[in-house]
Order: sequence, then C-alpha cells, then structure tokens
Amino acid sequence: MSLIELEDVEKVYRMDGVEVRALRGVTMTVDPGEFVAIMGPSGSGKSTCLHILGCLDRPTAGTYRLEGVDVSTLPDAELARLRSRRLGFVFQSYNLLPRLPAVENVELPMIYAGVPDRRARALAALEAVGLRERARHLPTQLSGGEQQRVAFARALVMSPAIILADEPTGNLDSATAREIMGLVQRLSRQGMTIILVTHDAEVASYARRIIQFRDGRVVRDTTVRGGGGRPTP
Amino acid sequence: MNVVVSIRIAWRAIAANPLRSLLTMLGVIIGVASVVAMVAIGQGARHAVTQQVEALGSNLLTVFAGVQRFGGVATAGPVRTLTLADAEAIAREVPNVTGVSAEFSRQAQVVFREQNTSTQISGVTPQFPAVRNFHPVAGSFITEDDMRRRARVAVLGQTVARQLFGDGDPVGQQVKIRGVTFTVIGLMESKGATGFFDRDDVVFVPLSTAQRRLFGVDYVRSIYVQVASSEAMEAAQNDVAALLRQRHRLGPAQEDDFTIRSQADVLQAITGVSRTMTLLLGGIAAVSLIVGGIGIMNIMLVSVTERTREIGIRKAVGARTQDILTQFLVESVLLSVSGGLVGILVGALGSRLVTQLAGWATLLSPQAVLLAFSFAVAVGVFFGLYPAQRAARLDPIEALRYE
Repeated sequence: MSLIELEDVEKVYRMDGVEVRALRGVTMTVDPGEFVAIMGPSGSGKSTCLHILGCLDRPTAGTYRLEGVDVSTLPDAELARLRSRRLGFVFQSYNLLPRLPAVENVELPMIYAGVPDRRARALAALEAVGLRERARHLPTQLSGGEQQRVAFARALVMSPAIILADEPTGNLDSATAREIMGLVQRLSRQGMTIILVTHDAEVASYARRIIQFRDGRVVRDTTVRGGGGRPTP
Repeated sequence: MNVVVSIRIAWRAIAANPLRSLLTMLGVIIGVASVVAMVAIGQGARHAVTQQVEALGSNLLTVFAGVQRFGGVATAGPVRTLTLADAEAIAREVPNVTGVSAEFSRQAQVVFREQNTSTQISGVTPQFPAVRNFHPVAGSFITEDDMRRRARVAVLGQTVARQLFGDGDPVGQQVKIRGVTFTVIGLMESKGATGFFDRDDVVFVPLSTAQRRLFGVDYVRSIYVQVASSEAMEAAQNDVAALLRQRHRLGPAQEDDFTIRSQADVLQAITGVSRTMTLLLGGIAAVSLIVGGIGIMNIMLVSVTERTREIGIRKAVGARTQDILTQFLVESVLLSVSGGLVGILVGALGSRLVTQLAGWATLLSPQAVLLAFSFAVAVGVFFGLYPAQRAARLDPIEALRYE
C-alpha cells in the first residue's frame, strides 16, 4: 500500500469571481521512505498540491488516500487530527509563534494532540536538530537557519508519517540552505518520508525523485538512481 | 486541549499587551465596581432607615389630618378637623391602646440672646416620650400640669441645643419663640437623622401652649397611637378609623378626612423607595457593564485580525476549529473575569470610602457581588463569542498567507 495516493485530483478556486483551476487532474503515489521534490514555475499548482497533501485544503474533485484512508470526505476535526499526528509541516517563512520560546513552539503540536511529557519530548526534538541549548530563546533571538531547525523540530516532534516542506530554504543564504538540506537528507536516510516543494534545482538535487508541475498537471516524474547524489556537508 | 493550557495561552496573549488589556478591562472594572458600590450604598441606606423606623416603636399608628399618600399626590392642605379631643376619645374608647399623643408642629424662629435658629416647634402632649420612644436625657418633659396651664416651657432637641448654647447646659435658660419667652426644662436624647430629616432639630412645647399662645389654632396635625401588640394593630386601626368617622360626622359617601399609617406601612414605603433606587442605580451600572463588554468585543476583533497568521500556524500543526474557538473565548472571559475581580475590589473599597468620607451607611451584599461577577462572566462569553467564531472559521491557508 502506498503512503499517498492522488487520483485525478482537481482544485478550482474562485478568486474575485474568476475561476482559477490550480490543479487539473493530478495522479501520483508516494511510498513510505521516499524523498520527493516537487518542482515547477510559480502558479503551476505545486503549492496547492502540497496544501492538499497536508490536509490544509480539500480537492474539488478526485480522491486523496493517506495511508489507505480517503481523506477528501473527512470532517474538519479529523483533518486536524491527521495534521497533528501524521503530518509535519515546514514553511518557507518558518512560521514560528513569535511570543513563544523555541521549546514552546515545538510543544505546540503536542498540545493539540493532547500528549503528555511535552517539555521533555520538545527538548529531545530540539536536541535532534542541535538546538538544545537554544530552547529558551525567542524566535527573534535566533538566526534564520536556527528558526528553520526549530520548525523542523516542531514538525518532527509528533513522529509523523510524512514531512511536508514548502520552500524550506527559500529565505536562507546558500550556506545555511546547505545546512538545512543536510538535515533533510539525514532525516531521509533515517527512513522519514519527505515531500519538498522548491524551484531551486540545487535543493531538488538532494531528492531521489523529482516531480515537475506545469499548469496544474504533472509533466515529468523522474527517479534518480542511487538517490540523493550529494554528500552530507 | 485542556482548560489549564487554554488559560495559560490566553493569559500569555493578555500579558503580551498589558496596557491594552488593562484599558479593555477598565470598562468591566468600572461596570462591576459601580454595580457593587451602588447596590452597597442603596442597601446601606435602606438598612439604616429601616433600623431608625423600627426604633420609633413598632406598634405605632399615626393619624394624619387630611389625605396623604406615599409616592402619590398629597392632598393635605390645612385640614382642621383633627383635634386633641379626638386623641382623648381614642385613648378612652379604642381597646388595646396603651398610649396616645397628639402633635401640632410648625417651623419657627428660636432665639437665645444673640443666637437664633429656625427649627420645628412641636406642640405635644405629656405622653409623647412613651408613645414615640423619644425621651429627655436631662431635665424633665412636659407634664399634665404644663398642658393645663399652657405653660411656657420648652424641651430642646440636641441640634437646637447645640446651635443655641454650644456646649453649655440649656436647662433653666430662657429662649424666645415668636417673641414669647419660654423656660427650657429639658434636653432630649439624640435620635439622629432619618435620610435628610434631622430628628434632633426640634423644640417640644406643650400642645396647648403651641395652639393658643404661639400659632392660634385649635386643631392638631397628627395623633400617635400606641397599640398593645402587633396582633392588635389591624383591629385598632379599624376602630380608630370608625371612631374618627363617627366623631367627624362623615356620611357613608364621604371620604376620610384623615389618614392612618402604621409603622409597617411606613417601613414598606421606605423600603419600596429604596429598592427602586437600588434597582435604578444598579441598572445604570449594568449599562456600563454592557459598554465594557463592547470594549472587549472590539479588542478581541482587533486581536483576531492581528493574530490571523498565528491562527493559521496553530491550525497547520493540528488545532481544531474547536480549539481556536475555545482559546479566544477563554481569552475574552479571562479579560472580563479579571476585570470583574478588580471591579469587586474597587467597588468594595469605594463603598468603604463613601462610608468614611460622606458618612453614609453602606452594606456590601454578597448577592450583588455575585450578580455583578456573573454578569461580567456573561459579558465575556457573549461579547467574546463572535470574535472567537471569526477566528475559528478562518481558512488555514488564507491565514498562513496573511501578512
């Protein structure tokens, strides 16, 4: 069974009365442990696809099965449960809550999932991204790379099935970007399923599979043999 | 997500903007404080008046000349039909009557050397102290002999004595009332003020003296009837009315030319008035609570807009619609509850201050405190619900894009 199965997924928005067809029939599957980069120009539908994969949005037509369950018809509360327990999100602009110290940002998904020992688990997750000693810092007191690592710790803390990353290096200089991609690669090697949206070919080159989007459709789907040619920096 | 966590998150949001939160709470603080203080003042006044009226003697009937109503139009005017003879007849003929005193009073100038004061001159009968439970502390009161001789003797209330004699002893001194010289034979005990009416601002003279020598009248204003027990009050009231109708030769079609009040009536009227006052004050205060609630709603709406991105982030990491709703609702209730608690404190201190500075009696009632507090909570829920729903319904993707 595939982890993710999209079948003829369409998404139509209405923006100021104008219909926008963001996805026009996307079919793809992702197996556990895969490291997928979704590429494509702006407006190609790659971000919309990631939102649907992340259960932040529902397809207008078609089906999306996550771990064999058709999620396109689940109620909102169930989608929220999936987001907190099965999915980990990382954004381009980190999206940390500015008033909370790093460790409390990492605790956030656990609050909504209602799990105990939140502080200890959050600290362990920060340890895993090498930020244990920065746990009490506010996001504004951290560098961009550090903030993104906190975001990864937050995405990982519930041990999700998939990490979804939307341009995770988009706001970072190239040295820091390489550092973050090293972290992503390490996660991938530990068996984590990763789906990453980017338009940076260098970032995409870390992935073992590259899916090209254009005009709301998949136009190319290539698997790199041997996978992830780059060494850990 | 449990309540403790919600409260902690909400508290952090409130503490992040201390000045704004304080200003938001101010509406509720003022509302609750004024409800608590107003009701305390109203109830304090009621309590004080009730006590004073009860101190007058509970088994007392008062017969007024003319028709008087509490809270209505008094059609009194100078009714001249009530006389001392009526009082004597009541004492003689009505059963269960233990004392009767008649009174005629009018405002007049009292002069002692170069001191003078305008006060109430009350012509009363010797039974007055017993019937009204109002006794002299020094000297003596008017006697039957004084009545018979229309003696020029006077008994002073505390306020008049202080104004004319300062700290000196008035007994034995001579004062002039309307040019007539009176000898002061006694000084009354202090009764204090009933509302704005100072019961010590009075000079007692024999009723016969007041009628003949001072004011030239042959009628009385009121007759006080003391009844043996409270059970006998109703029968006594009916008997007095029947006797007076007969003595005044009133036909069946004619209205009474007198009014009989029992202390219970007076008490009822006073508590009725003060209840209305308390409700009125409380109502005004409640309006300010609602205004405070609108302030909370306003700030919560601003807060929801400001924190759109935060809401998106929380939803992305797994917050349900319900969780966001709870979070914002808890926040507005926390605002109003903190405001309510501070308001109770301010209201309690305020009413104590009123007691100390203005000398008004205040009574902090637990019901008023509880009422104001639960009203504050209700305001928080009611005015917090709409902003919270708006927050909870935000689309996560839209919210995440919001700058």
